[in-house]
Amino acid sequence: MSLHYTKEHEWIRVEADIATVGITDFAQAQLGDVVFVEVPEAGRQVSKGSEAAVVESVKAASDVYAPVSGEIVEGNQALVDDSALVNSDPEGEGWFFRLRLSNPGELEGLMDADAYRSFCESQ
Amino acid sequence: MSDADRILPLDSWHRARGARMVPFAGYSMPIQYEGIIAEHRWTRQSAGLFDVSHMGQLIIAGAGAEKGLESLLPGDLAILKEGRLRYSLLLTEEAGILDDLMVTRRGDHFYMVVNGATKDADIEHLRERLPAGVVLDHMKEQALLALQGPKAVEALSRLAPGVDELSFMTGGAFRLGGISAWISRSGYTGEDGFEISVPAGVVADVADLIAGQPEVKPIGLGARDSLRLEAGLPLYGHDLDPATTPVEADLGFAISKRRRAEGGFPGWFRISKEMEQGTIRRRVGLAVLGRQPVREGAMVVDGEGNEVGRVTSGGFSPMLEAPIAMAYVPTASAEAGGTVTLAQRGKIFEARIVPMPFVPHRYHRKGAAK
Repeated sequence: MSLHYTKEHEWIRVEADIATVGITDFAQAQLGDVVFVEVPEAGRQVSKGSEAAVVESVKAASDVYAPVSGEIVEGNQALVDDSALVNSDPEGEGWFFRLRLSNPGELEGLMDADAYRSFCESQ
Repeated sequence: MSDADRILPLDSWHRARGARMVPFAGYSMPIQYEGIIAEHRWTRQSAGLFDVSHMGQLIIAGAGAEKGLESLLPGDLAILKEGRLRYSLLLTEEAGILDDLMVTRRGDHFYMVVNGATKDADIEHLRERLPAGVVLDHMKEQALLALQGPKAVEALSRLAPGVDELSFMTGGAFRLGGISAWISRSGYTGEDGFEISVPAGVVADVADLIAGQPEVKPIGLGARDSLRLEAGLPLYGHDLDPATTPVEADLGFAISKRRRAEGGFPGWFRISKEMEQGTIRRRVGLAVLGRQPVREGAMVVDGEGNEVGRVTSGGFSPMLEAPIAMAYVPTASAEAGGTVTLAQRGKIFEARIVPMPFVPHRYHRKGAAK
């Protein structure tokens, strides 16, 4: 298993060729109370940087971009039913979607936990 | 925060309480403390303290003040009694709304509270048009707080005895912790509550006293916006602007009967005509189907996808736990119970037109049962 982070404040947990994607605790704190989440359907192909999910707080709507390319294998239905999970457990039960990596090489450009922590401190 | 954002007297007070500060109306202001939904619900069930010191507090004095103001506003100031507030509007000659405001008769002068983002333009507008001998003073040395919620009266009476005797839309001079304060029973949340004007130099002491009451928590701008939206109250610069008339905005109540009959204020011709013949569009409340909020800027579309209106405020109602919005729609389809179609970022939404307020007002009206 490996854990990666993006400058868009997403985390990616990779097990074999499956990546689980969510937004970080830093991101949920910035968003505030989340009231709506839309996750992608299984089978959809997403490419790195394309819009994959939507997260809306009381204040604003934000897109969640696919941090890596692949085929969606599952969107988190629990999140659709209870969007507050993004606030209460962003890096656990509040995951957004799982995808099957089509280009694992894309992971190389992402940050590890230490690099991400420094990145947040510089924000 | 950009360098241009001005600092309000309670800036460090907010920061010390964990507020997240954002630029608003040219000031750095607290958007939230613990979270918008929690703050929103706290205000509806207990009492919330808001810093609204960015708003403009004006004194209009002089022998011709009443007549001079009546020449610029559609409100009947002649019948406005001492210590009474009136909601009114600054209008263009074409009846466009320059600002919405509260005006109070206070002794030998009028006290006016205008929006923060428009106050400089308002002051210029008023000074250019008020007759000679009428003086406008911008009270830059005054701060303004609002205490809103069903327990506001309990909390504030402890500090400023007698405020419980005020009824909705009345005000008076009180002592609060040894400080002279002008307090009115008014606000922008739909709840019972008060607005409290005190000198900026002592506002931190006043805020400490009020926030020290067990019923009270400080509330940010985020909840202020969601509360006023639920209360169906328009926000200037979003739901109201110079291209919108009071009749279109469903603010006909701000056009006093005598003033409508007699005229003598900007936009009278168009307003009388619209009150008789109707307008082609009108501000309505929308209950959006589904869970996803529809925001300001979303389009109202007809069956062919043509834009026929615009959402001017939209968000998630913490009390209804559903998305709500205000929009301008064609009057022909503005009846409550009807449905409209909205488009936002390529997605279609259905919404039902509903009466406003979305959440009932709980003002403390004179003569009403306690």
